[in-house]
Amino acid sequence: MSESPQHGWRPGAAKKARIDALAATAAINDAGSVDEKPGVSLIASAWKRLRRDRIFLLGLGITILFLLVAAFAPLIAPHDPSARLLIDQVRPQSNPVPGPQSGFPLGADDLGRDLLSRLIVGSRQTLIVCVFATIFSLLGGLILGTLAGAFGGWIDSTVMRFVDIMLSIPSLLLAFSVAAMASKPSQWTVIIAISIAYLPIFARLLRGSMLAQRHSDHVLAARSLGVKQSAIVFRHMLPNSLGPVIVQATLVLATAVIDAAALSFLGLGNPDDRQPEWGQMLGAAQKFLADYPHLAFYPAACIIVVAFGFTLMGESLREALDPKSRR
Amino acid sequence: MLRFIVRRLAQMVGVVFVLSLLLFIWLRMLPGGTVSAILGDRATPESRERLTKALGLDEPIWVQYWTYLKRAVTGNFGASTAVLPGRDAFDIFLTRFPATIELSFFAIMIAIVLGIPLGYLAARRRASFFDNASVIVSLIGVAVPVFFLAFLLKYIFAVKLGWLPVSGRQGNIDATRVTGFFVLDGLITREWDAAWDAFKHLILPAVTLSTIPFAVIFRITRASVLEVLDEDFVRTAESKGLTNRVIRGRHVLRNALLPVVTTIGLQVGGLLAGAILTETVFSFGGIGEALALSFRGRDYAVLQVLIMASAAIFVLVNLVVDILYAVIDPRVRTR
Repeated sequence: MSESPQHGWRPGAAKKARIDALAATAAINDAGSVDEKPGVSLIASAWKRLRRDRIFLLGLGITILFLLVAAFAPLIAPHDPSARLLIDQVRPQSNPVPGPQSGFPLGADDLGRDLLSRLIVGSRQTLIVCVFATIFSLLGGLILGTLAGAFGGWIDSTVMRFVDIMLSIPSLLLAFSVAAMASKPSQWTVIIAISIAYLPIFARLLRGSMLAQRHSDHVLAARSLGVKQSAIVFRHMLPNSLGPVIVQATLVLATAVIDAAALSFLGLGNPDDRQPEWGQMLGAAQKFLADYPHLAFYPAACIIVVAFGFTLMGESLREALDPKSRR
Repeated sequence: MLRFIVRRLAQMVGVVFVLSLLLFIWLRMLPGGTVSAILGDRATPESRERLTKALGLDEPIWVQYWTYLKRAVTGNFGASTAVLPGRDAFDIFLTRFPATIELSFFAIMIAIVLGIPLGYLAARRRASFFDNASVIVSLIGVAVPVFFLAFLLKYIFAVKLGWLPVSGRQGNIDATRVTGFFVLDGLITREWDAAWDAFKHLILPAVTLSTIPFAVIFRITRASVLEVLDEDFVRTAESKGLTNRVIRGRHVLRNALLPVVTTIGLQVGGLLAGAILTETVFSFGGIGEALALSFRGRDYAVLQVLIMASAAIFVLVNLVVDILYAVIDPRVRTR
């Protein structure tokens, strides 16, 4: 790398130094896997370690459960999540929220809709929000980071100046700002806001690991064999940069779920609640919090468990892919 | 060292300047915009046109930006439309800023005072029950939405138990204002009841805000101590027969704290974002609450000032962190 790890002269150097440190593990991975048997891929050897890691398995279990619930939500949910089944019991003055009763184990919301069904079906929209937000920010970061890291020179400095300015705004504040720009808030404005907030991190991460590889042996070998630049970038450099990117993506999955809730809380989320989403349910529950805290408690618990699961996976992946922590 | 600081400050001015331009263009390209925000949707076309002219929004965007810059240099950043209609946006920032500094200071202090010793202990007792439990707790801490935690603490300790105040920065106390930091004001003027009352108002928001920095500082300290414990120089120190106290203090902690210092700087940006949620739940009256209000009310003048200020603070804090880094680690100075 041409710069010192501290990046002493750039604004926000510390934040970037940490992203770059993560990026550098990609390059180390090449050298780190010499003790593995030949022919064992990075993924296979990482899986071998992860299989024994109880923390990873717990995170994986939570994630699989979440995916299963989301996949079969309409079959599991006892009622239609948008049907106002208990609307007769709703009294705006005395009893705005019908309590638990037979057939409705968690009660209903202020429009008489079954809370349990809304939670179960809500897993779908929650999954859509966090997966798409992560994919979009990953793709954006991939394009910017690959451009900067693979070509260097003025492309690198232009792209990275832009990324640096984005990094100088705290991620969540950036997400709020983007979401506030939308004239008609919807699920997609939430997704776009979150993906823009985390895009610069991916860009910097990829650029870092690309830079670290530009002068490494395998790239040099490919170049001396006369492999085209595009093939070097896509077949040799990019696959080797993916480790830290996957780790970061898993962690962004977790923050996306939480950030969607924060956006709803500030009134910047999706106002259309026919398709329930946990963050939105939590945001909407705040007006009943003093008297009916359970309305907020259930969606919050779902968010915490899922975000916890993603975080566990991300952290164990980080350890498994980092050769320093292999013991 | 001085050259380094000056260069970094110049960089910061550059970042804030470019950011101000980007924000300006971005905010004015929005559909709806300030006029609708002030007049509402049912305004007549004539009144809309009048206000557009009065605010200078009919001019080309570069003319608007030039006007904005000229006014900004004299300290006039435009009038607020929603947070405190008519007041200058920069004024709002100045009056609310001490509240956020006070809150963030207490929050980061809680995070440091708990995070570093616990992280150190967890690393020394690696794989013990204490280690595993505290790692799990810190991971759960990151997974809890900040505003939900705020609600939860407020519900339990303020509403149900009544131990702490529900919201605001101070109760009905006739306190003298000196610095705008209410606890400090009470201490300076020897109005002990005012200081104590302001402190009680700080506890819940500060604890809420400290959870994420605490979790991060804890984990970085733990990881960093683990790494240093494995270094050759620690083994050398042990084989020289140095006492445990000297090894821990001079060799392990000092080296392990380097990444922790960086992390603390990084957390300040997160504190600003977290303050938006925390201050809103506790009606704390800082810039976080003002940001939430201006997001809701589309108060562009205030948004522009506050986002620029947040970025400037973030960059400035990281500059301080890099200087601190050089103080702690002599190796950095020679580069």
